[in-house]
Amino acid sequence: MAVVFEKPKSLTDAELHYCPGCTHGIIHRLVAEAIDTLGIEGRTVGVAPVGCAVMAYNYFACDMVEAAHGRAPAVATGLKRSMPENIIFTYQGDGDLASIGMAETVHAATRNENITVIFVNNAIYGMTGGQMAPTSLPGQVTQTSPYGRDVATAGYPVKISELLAALDGPEFIARVAVNNVKNVRNAKKTIEKAFRNQVEGKGFSLVEVVSSCPTNWGMTPDQALAWIDEKMIPYYPLGVYKDKSAKEAAAE
Amino acid sequence: MAEKVLMKGNEAIAEAAIRAGCRHYFGYPITPQTELAAYMAKRMPKIDGVFLQAESEVAAINMVYGVASTGKRVMTSSSSPGVSLKQEGISYIAGADLPALIVNVQRGGPGLGGIQPSQSDYYQATKGGGHGDYHLIVLTPASVQEMADLTSLAFDLADKYRMPSMLLADGTMGQMMEPVILPEEHVNVIDKPWAVTGTQMQRKHNIINSLYLVPEELERTNFERYERYAQIEKEEVRYESYMMDDAEYCLVAFGIAARVSKNAVVALRAKGVKAGLIRPITVWPFPKAPIAAAAKHVKAFVSVELSMGQMIDDIRLAQNCEKPVVLCNRAGGMIPDPAQIIAAVEALKGGND
Amino acid sequence: MTTQILFAGFGGQGILFAGKFLAYKGLMEEKQLSWLPSYGPEMRGGTANCSVIISDEPVGSPIVSEPDVLVAMNLPSLDKYEDAVVPGGMILVDSTLIERKVKRDDVKVFYIPATRLAGELGTPTLANMIITGKLIRECDAISYEHLEDALHKVVSARRANLFDANLNAINCGYQFA
Repeated sequence: MAVVFEKPKSLTDAELHYCPGCTHGIIHRLVAEAIDTLGIEGRTVGVAPVGCAVMAYNYFACDMVEAAHGRAPAVATGLKRSMPENIIFTYQGDGDLASIGMAETVHAATRNENITVIFVNNAIYGMTGGQMAPTSLPGQVTQTSPYGRDVATAGYPVKISELLAALDGPEFIARVAVNNVKNVRNAKKTIEKAFRNQVEGKGFSLVEVVSSCPTNWGMTPDQALAWIDEKMIPYYPLGVYKDKSAKEAAAE
Repeated sequence: MAEKVLMKGNEAIAEAAIRAGCRHYFGYPITPQTELAAYMAKRMPKIDGVFLQAESEVAAINMVYGVASTGKRVMTSSSSPGVSLKQEGISYIAGADLPALIVNVQRGGPGLGGIQPSQSDYYQATKGGGHGDYHLIVLTPASVQEMADLTSLAFDLADKYRMPSMLLADGTMGQMMEPVILPEEHVNVIDKPWAVTGTQMQRKHNIINSLYLVPEELERTNFERYERYAQIEKEEVRYESYMMDDAEYCLVAFGIAARVSKNAVVALRAKGVKAGLIRPITVWPFPKAPIAAAAKHVKAFVSVELSMGQMIDDIRLAQNCEKPVVLCNRAGGMIPDPAQIIAAVEALKGGND
Repeated sequence: MTTQILFAGFGGQGILFAGKFLAYKGLMEEKQLSWLPSYGPEMRGGTANCSVIISDEPVGSPIVSEPDVLVAMNLPSLDKYEDAVVPGGMILVDSTLIERKVKRDDVKVFYIPATRLAGELGTPTLANMIITGKLIRECDAISYEHLEDALHKVVSARRANLFDANLNAINCGYQFA
């Protein structure tokens, strides 16, 4: 019988610990598919964050390193600089990448470190139980913004893709979402490109994945996916924010 | 025999590290260790090595963590305030059982402090520094020659025991020049099956990690680590004993304080006072046995420090408070002179006779 | 024998350089030695000093607090360190920049108008080496031997054109009566 669907080879058999309806599972799968497609599992080393994806090291079959909160891009820099032939990726959430690890993120990008960064933006701290994230929307109610994010005191959400795209360094910055089939298909292509860029030596490639957190958003999975369309994507428009090679090719 | 060259302590560390096979250096500028980074910036690109000025001390130590995960020799260096920033990463490196070298060319503190020599990071270096139960192997050079020799040793010990080691120097040691015979190129190749270098589809994936959510598992890793520490305390203690055979007063000092103490011992002996010196070369593990042995024949110990008595506890505990320990110190970037030490011993003598 | 030398002056006068030169000379003579600079912002225009110890024995503390030889290249340095010199020791004074006389009468004193002489030689920045030349002449512990070898060590190949000027300055001080 023909196999029409199977688990990507670069995922282990470990059972995921994510909440029902969480989109981390989809994003893990897309990363693993990219690794499989490019045939790079044997030389890939992933860096797991602190946040909901903290145990990602159990799920990816390649070698894995667990980083301190926010430090994944620095750890990845060390890995890549010492093993330029290996493929290094980080998998980070919004608190990790856009708050405590902002310095590491910006500087790895501006150095154009030849690494791939998967940035999962679900506008909340999931693992600690739903506190305000740097990407929480204005007015968004969380455990630490119980009256809604007040931009007068808590500031505005950080738009990572727009911010990093303003730098001269990075190769590729794009924002995708995983709330419907069309968006997932596009996310798959974009993530694969972010890995291919590294294989081709092009440099720092970051994919911001707009994601959901039904548990901490206090919604059903369906409602959460709809909320991405209604609230998240208008604030975080999807698209390619920077593609240095493509721009150079177009200019020639 | 290899040629004697004149080098600054900071440069001797850098060259010795390269000769020990270290090809990865990450750091952030801070006085008084800057020559070390500058040396690496110059040399690394010429030997296919990596020098990277990180965006912060925090980033630098995490880059170290990344390279250490691959099993390659790697180091960072800083001075006191910068080493405080590195503590998070050092705890992770210890928790993930990775070898790496951290150099602290100490300056006065707390806070921004000053830039002159100090030994006031003794507690931080020997009692943990970051969170959790762990130790570093801490080596304290007292000459430019030792800046080089102990750098090689620090890499070897870190590899052997899979743990971070620290070279605990001070501004004087970093800035001074002395003749030094640089160690030969040597790389002790140790098999590192735990390293993350890619599975090559030949083995199950390796994971470098310090997270254990099951307390029984985390306890087990702590217990195992402390078994290794016990072995280190048994086998890796290093110290120098100077004129201790018949000593009645034992100075205990390391680094620059030991250099000054030696002058004081010579001067005291010339006056007929039986003084001696125990110089810890490792401050963790601390040389407990020689101090306990000395307690059998000395009248008192003098802890000579560039800090506020941080080593006194260790000297007391090493000999179960059998003999008194007094402090002879300067702080904040000041260095005791021999006269101060001589006076401290003579005051003890007055009290004892 | 152990000789403890303290060079002191303003940052920019080549205090550390002169000390380094003597350290290399000691190395060539297979002596034990140490060289310890003051460091930090004070070096940029403030006071600078450097301790050099040359000995037949292993060097203990590298800090010179009671110098056998003091080279004072400005007034604050002479004021600060004059009393620290051991009895029977030596003080070399740049008499162009320091107008007062040494108060001590239990030390040998040499007044060298090093800054003026350096100007006359056309190398105004080499007063340090002129006074070092005099030091070599007067200090029994330091010979004229290996002088050029040591100078080659401290004058980088990139600035080889300065070698002759330095040598000239040392000889000027050496011959100064």
